[in-house]
Amino acid sequence: MARSGILGRVRTARFPFAAPSWPTTVDRPDPERKVGLDYDHDWSRRYPVRLARAVMMDNVTRPAARLLAPATVRGLEHLQHVEGPLIFAANHASHIDTPLLLTTLPVEFRHRTIVAAASDYFFDRTWKSVLWAFALAAIPIERSKVSRRSADTAAELVEDGWNLVIFPEGGRSPDGWTQPFHGGAAYLARRTGRPVVPVYLHGTRHVLPKTVEAGARAPGGSGTESRLGGRLRRSPIAVLFGAPMTPDEGENARRFSARVEAAVATLSREVHSDWWQARRAVSAVAPVDGAETAHRGPDASAWRRSWALDDPPSRRDGKEWPD
Amino acid sequence: MSRRPGFVLEVDTSTPPTLFWNGEGFTLETLPVGSRVIYAPEPVKAIDDPYGAIRHALLHPVGDRDPLPALLRPGMKLTICFDDVSLPLPPMEAPDIRQMVIETVLDMAAEAGVDDVVLVAALALHRRMTEEELRHALGNRVYDAFAPHGLLTQHDAEDPDNLVHLGQTDQGEDVEINKRAATSDLLVYVNINLVSMDGGHKSVATGLASYRSLRHHHNPQTMRHSKSFMDQPASELHSSNWRMGRLIAESGVKIFQIETTLNNDTFPSNFKFLQKREWEWSLRDRATFAATSTALSKTPPRIARQIFQSIKSPHALTSVQAGEVEAVHALTTANVWAQQGVDVEGQTDILTMGLPYICPYNVNSIMNPILVACLGLGYFFNMYRGKPLVREGGVVIMRHPTRPEFHPGHHPSYIDFYEQVLTQTIDPVQMHKEFEESFATDPWYVHLYRTGHAYHGVHPFYMWYWCAHALAHVGRVIVVGGDAKAVRRLGFSPASSMNDALEIASDVVGPSPTLTHVHNPPIFMADVH
Repeated sequence: MARSGILGRVRTARFPFAAPSWPTTVDRPDPERKVGLDYDHDWSRRYPVRLARAVMMDNVTRPAARLLAPATVRGLEHLQHVEGPLIFAANHASHIDTPLLLTTLPVEFRHRTIVAAASDYFFDRTWKSVLWAFALAAIPIERSKVSRRSADTAAELVEDGWNLVIFPEGGRSPDGWTQPFHGGAAYLARRTGRPVVPVYLHGTRHVLPKTVEAGARAPGGSGTESRLGGRLRRSPIAVLFGAPMTPDEGENARRFSARVEAAVATLSREVHSDWWQARRAVSAVAPVDGAETAHRGPDASAWRRSWALDDPPSRRDGKEWPD
Repeated sequence: MSRRPGFVLEVDTSTPPTLFWNGEGFTLETLPVGSRVIYAPEPVKAIDDPYGAIRHALLHPVGDRDPLPALLRPGMKLTICFDDVSLPLPPMEAPDIRQMVIETVLDMAAEAGVDDVVLVAALALHRRMTEEELRHALGNRVYDAFAPHGLLTQHDAEDPDNLVHLGQTDQGEDVEINKRAATSDLLVYVNINLVSMDGGHKSVATGLASYRSLRHHHNPQTMRHSKSFMDQPASELHSSNWRMGRLIAESGVKIFQIETTLNNDTFPSNFKFLQKREWEWSLRDRATFAATSTALSKTPPRIARQIFQSIKSPHALTSVQAGEVEAVHALTTANVWAQQGVDVEGQTDILTMGLPYICPYNVNSIMNPILVACLGLGYFFNMYRGKPLVREGGVVIMRHPTRPEFHPGHHPSYIDFYEQVLTQTIDPVQMHKEFEESFATDPWYVHLYRTGHAYHGVHPFYMWYWCAHALAHVGRVIVVGGDAKAVRRLGFSPASSMNDALEIASDVVGPSPTLTHVHNPPIFMADVH
């Protein structure tokens, strides 16, 4: 009774105890918030914050990631004799990609890595900006268009010694197949002179699938993602690191980006075979030049595209059928 | 983001309650749907380098004047006059603009080898400033360099030995001003133009004048024909001052006028919500409002007054111009209007206003009922150009506690005016004829004015004359939340709430009146079309 009384009072509170209503004759301007690209994230790279993040990453995030998504990590040897900073360019199928990738990085990279995150999604509210800047050392990046400001910020940080995780697709894949890469990672590599490390993340969409918007599912679609969307589910993953790549002399960002995309696609083939088989399979399809070798999937209906993707690793990791 | 101009809101059902000043406090009132609320333009960007701008203005004067350094020479007699404690409101955070200007002038004077320099506070009939007030206005460096040697003076309008009669204007107006200023080789006047009424020839012709001179324009006839005195071409007050100013110039008094304008960033961050539009109040604004208004309602008025009087405004310099008086003032007036002008379409039946704790005449003092009337009907009513905001025969509703409290040291003649004059008449013309002379020449008031910190004996009359135009124009004045006895003494109607006031007003303006609210702070000038 008392509870409803207090709640009732809160509900019926009037200005100034409640937020003011807006006169209908006055246009409501866009809120002047320092979010999105304007968000000041310098604090997230100060020493005390880095220390707190490292403690949290090693003692909370990493064990939780291991528990939630046991990872098979391949290709770490490529990082053993490379000096940072590096630009990690990965495919993107799930929000869980970032923490899973960060927690599999060798320790010398893990705590000095920033993440390029979509300014319109991860930095659209103050609380989200604070959360992601702290938890992932995320920086806001304009993904819908080429933004000099985003590029300048990222380049300055890379030049300042920070490794960068970037998802060149610009957003999560709707069905697990890789979308065409934007040129951001390649541009930054050319501008800063730092190598790009291709990374393929396999199975993360089973850990945290992308939520399918209401009404967006085509009739006859798999429906799996809409059913599972936004819910965490334990599932093994694989993280494959490729050899660091640098632009060839005279190679422009677009061509270099295609090469990086092809390298990621090659890594995707390694999931169920090995490096040599994957290389052979790629060479058999076409010269390394982008689209032909990309991890795009068949041009078919939604269910066939889903079908053509590898089975969830969890299914294969189940118990063998008894003889 | 560029600053937003002034704005007239039409109240609808979604409009949150509107802020009203209420003396040493504030309140929210729900205005009827269809009412208009006038909001001031946002502050003009401050000049980044005020000292640089001042120096530039002194080196590049406007009108028929040489740069200041060219006017300075060894052996000359230089007098620097400055506006008194009545400007700006609230007093600005240190450094005061007068300090910055005077320091720059003195640097040039020192460089030129000028020895005979005297500073004069242009008080007219206002009270003398205290040492603390002078130190705040001028800075310690200036105060300590001049005051100990008797070179920092305050104009004395009752000192026959330091007044000089320069003649009469073609309208028969006596021009009698400070002798030291009038007989100097150069008179530098340092002004703060908070509103368009300030400055121009009024600086010297009023600020340095005697009662004999002031009475020619500080009277009911002049005030009634100043429509308004914020609009110089339509102001008889200014016409008289301009005639006097030109005579002063013709008499050989060489004036180098320095005028400054400030932006309307009136209150420090703790009180910023006062000058915001209510629907834009943040959580912090609302919490501050709720906390301060609740605390103030439980605070004794004396303590609340001390709290508010201690507030210093973050006003910042937006322009400075120097040179010949009229050329300077034309630029200054344009700059004031650029900051304060708001276009308003048409008049209203009822004009509402919340009156703050301060007016030009109660800085570090008490807002007595006469000053309440002057602030509402003298100042806020007159903040227009073209036509008054309220129609002829309309109603003015003011919100203020209007306590019958007086500062005995600052306003001694106000107490007698309240008890002896307002009990007899509230007609400015009648009191001018029957009572003014005796108050103006009362030796006790003269003594208090000259030796203490009292306003001149005639000053309460002037405050009442300031209301003369409004009193002749409006049909009724209602004070919400005021002391009923004090409000009736002023000839106004008391009301306990805004709804009561609107009910009372309907007797004068009918059952469906139009209503316009003057939202302040900050102050604005209505350009009424």
